[in-house]
Amino acid sequence: MRSFAISAALLVATSTPALADDLGELMALLAQRSHGHVNFEEEDHLALLDHPLHSSGELLYERPDHLEKRTLAPRAASMVLQGGTVTLESRGKKRVLPLRDYPQLAPFIESMRATLAGDRIALERSFQVTFDGSLEHWTLTLAPLDPKLKALVQKIRIAGTRAELRSLSVSQADGDTSEMTIGSSLPP
Amino acid sequence: MRRLPALRVALWLAVMLCAAFIVARARYTADLSAFLPRAPSARQALLVDQLREGPASRLLLMGIDGGDADARTQLSVALVRKLQGDPAFMSISNGEALYGQREREILFEHRYLLSETVTPQRFTVAGLNAAIDDTIALLATPAGVLAKSLLTRDPTGEFLQVLDQLDRSARPRSVSGVWVSPDGKRALLIASLRASGSDIDAAEGALRSVRAAFAETQRTADNVAARNAQLLISGPPLFEVTSRATIRQEAVRLSIVSTALIVSLLLSVYRSVTVLLLGLLPVVCGALVGIAAVALGFGAVHGITLAFGITLIGEAVDYSIYLFVQSRRSPQEAAQTKRQDSALWRTILLGLMTSVFGFASLLPSAFPGLAQLGLYSVAGLIAAAAVTRFVLPALMPLRLRIRDLTPLGQRTAGIFMRLRKWRWALGVVALLAAALLYGQRNVLWNRDLAALSPTPQAAQVLDAELRTALGAPDAIDFVVVSGPDLESALHGSEQIARALNALTAQHVIGGFDSPARYLPSVATQAARRASLPDAAQLRERLHEATAKLGVRAERLEPFIDDVARARAAPLLALQDLRGTSLEAGVDALLMHQANRWSALLPLHPARPGMLPSAADLQRVSAAVERAAPGGQAVLLNLKSESDAMYSGYLSEALRLSEAGLAAIVVLLLVTLRSPARVARVIAPLLLAVLVVAAAILVSGRSLTILHLIGMLLIVAVGSNYALFFDRAAADHAGGASPLTVASLLVANAATVLGFGVLAFSRVPVLAALGTTVAPGTLLALLFAAALSRPAFAGSSAG
Repeated sequence: MRSFAISAALLVATSTPALADDLGELMALLAQRSHGHVNFEEEDHLALLDHPLHSSGELLYERPDHLEKRTLAPRAASMVLQGGTVTLESRGKKRVLPLRDYPQLAPFIESMRATLAGDRIALERSFQVTFDGSLEHWTLTLAPLDPKLKALVQKIRIAGTRAELRSLSVSQADGDTSEMTIGSSLPP
Repeated sequence: MRRLPALRVALWLAVMLCAAFIVARARYTADLSAFLPRAPSARQALLVDQLREGPASRLLLMGIDGGDADARTQLSVALVRKLQGDPAFMSISNGEALYGQREREILFEHRYLLSETVTPQRFTVAGLNAAIDDTIALLATPAGVLAKSLLTRDPTGEFLQVLDQLDRSARPRSVSGVWVSPDGKRALLIASLRASGSDIDAAEGALRSVRAAFAETQRTADNVAARNAQLLISGPPLFEVTSRATIRQEAVRLSIVSTALIVSLLLSVYRSVTVLLLGLLPVVCGALVGIAAVALGFGAVHGITLAFGITLIGEAVDYSIYLFVQSRRSPQEAAQTKRQDSALWRTILLGLMTSVFGFASLLPSAFPGLAQLGLYSVAGLIAAAAVTRFVLPALMPLRLRIRDLTPLGQRTAGIFMRLRKWRWALGVVALLAAALLYGQRNVLWNRDLAALSPTPQAAQVLDAELRTALGAPDAIDFVVVSGPDLESALHGSEQIARALNALTAQHVIGGFDSPARYLPSVATQAARRASLPDAAQLRERLHEATAKLGVRAERLEPFIDDVARARAAPLLALQDLRGTSLEAGVDALLMHQANRWSALLPLHPARPGMLPSAADLQRVSAAVERAAPGGQAVLLNLKSESDAMYSGYLSEALRLSEAGLAAIVVLLLVTLRSPARVARVIAPLLLAVLVVAAAILVSGRSLTILHLIGMLLIVAVGSNYALFFDRAAADHAGGASPLTVASLLVANAATVLGFGVLAFSRVPVLAALGTTVAPGTLLALLFAAALSRPAFAGSSAG
């Protein structure tokens, strides 16, 4: 769940009714992006493991609904979201996951799509959204509305500067956490 | 004098009663066995089983067009939900969850029996270390979401392995979780019927359910755009249902039209309903005797024999026409024409024998369909001629009120005489036709079974579109593994799977399905279960294996418990899958007849939507042969196999027809005792066949077996014409009355009307028969007249 949450939250914008203007502006900024290509570094803390897992790679986004997370180290793997289907590839194996087979993922994907399309209504259908800071230094906190998802993911926190995302952290209900640091845009 | 006819009539009635009794009691079949050789090879028997009952024969491909994307998604989802519980369907999917909760539980619980990676090495310290290391690496990837929740119970990832094993087919593109065509404008669904492909009634019911469910879904959809959407259906069950309906409709429609036309023609000539009915009597008797003969000779009558049996009318109705038209006379003339009468019968008898020789050539065919058609025609024609000869004269009114066709005969004879001046042109036409046929000799005969398909072009195009989009290729390649019991078929599949895995890795094939993935053989399951160490051993090995991985071994206790349970649990059996989609999956890939089990391993093409090349198939075939020597497993391509069988069917029919032609020549040589006369009789028939064949080619089509049957009919019917001209020429006493010419004209008109109507059929096989016979018999008449000797012309002019 963690990795998906990260990817999903990457593109999630948020608001509270009181800060409708900030959200509106942020959404407009995010929706203006037609593509993105950045580095990332990730640190996962799992209760099951004695030490954290480190990984790094690239994120790719093409408007309107194409998102790729390419993990390059320690081992190559990728996740491609296209339409309603997630394709996972690792160890030379390709796994196609129709989102309908995995209802627990669907809201994240839906919110991802909604953000890319600047669709605030769809976002607020899945999350309780809190906006902090300013457009220059903002933080969004997303808490799933669905009780089943709440049992998995406590909250997703995304920080950024204007249309640039800087970090993303996921706190899972079982105490596992994941921190992703996002670099600046790579040359096309 | 009157007693003899009474006796004949009584005898005839007795024979007809017997025939009617046999016909009423006969067994009728409509399966594909008519196309299966009498002594089929194991391969051919498998092929026919596949065509009749195989998974490909049960597949319904569906598309939803129109409306908007949301409406299509909504309809697709609702349609699947509605049909999922319908017992007529084994499965239906549109991209939605392949496995439900129950299936996942079964797969998870039996993962140590199902997973191909379960070996003794997997559970050594090194094996566990590698497997768990892999799983941890997976945690750091986007797939971690799947791995994490299972880690404590399944740290070696067997469940994911099982899911991978079962999901190797290429899937169509998805939008909002629903399959769509590449351009996204059509939602796609695929369903598999529970009933076998040969159960057309069941297919019809299933199609009704689909359409009703779609209409209902459309009505209740909250999206207004759903009203504009439409459901497209394709696949073998639909083709079977629509062909049956079309053939039934056509049979009714065309026989009404052609009966009406022939009856009007004959009524205008006979001017008496009684005579008309008498004239049809030989046809009915011939059909009865023909069917009875087939029932006696073959045990069962094929639907196809009945369907083509209609062709008998073409010749049988002629006999009574010759009788009635040429017997137009007053009682006082009767005595004078007695000699003419016997000449008439001699000619009809010779014509009959010619036809019988032609059709008897089909009798030795290895294919019951052809042999039955031959027997039916031979018995039917003899019966029809016998009834015309021995019964009709006794039943005929003493004074026929038949229209005087002498003026028509004279006019026609005049035309025929003028035709003689153009006989040189016939030589040119013959040369041209022969040259054309020779030039195209390699593409003359269409050896593709699809040429006989009654499915219209538009439906075939839609089918190809849906198949490509759904990745369900038309010509599916199977490896079929057979054995005396389920276990041997499954075990054989596992051996073949090793060979196929290697070919998949080399991209020769894109993958394959196997029933052993759902249900491994007992031997394999037992071996996998025996690979599992006991709890103490596993705990110890785990401790060592995870030491450097950073995993806290004590968190893996659930894994140790699960392995201990799996060691003690019984093996997975077919009944454990009952009622799940897994059962449907394994059922579709297993066939059980009498004391033989066959496992089907459908191959996926290396490139989706593309058929594998012949070279690739050769490699697969060789690999299969190596993996299972002795023919326990064979590679089967439905299309090429059925084409090969049809091609064999056609080649044999061609050879037999040639033999029949030779027999006819010998017969004529013996009876006519003059090679010149034989040539005059045979030439017009061959010319007619040549010209018709050339015309079919020129019109851009190629010849099928139906055209060949049509040609046999041209020879059978046309030989009567040629023999009448021959008699006229030979009989210097002026026997060729204009009435003879008129009777030929009426007989030919009846044939042209009857078959001409068939030419307009939407069913290709009927149309082929019509377009061959109608013009062919007309040409045979004209050519016979043009090539006749002047003696005829002289006498008719007088």
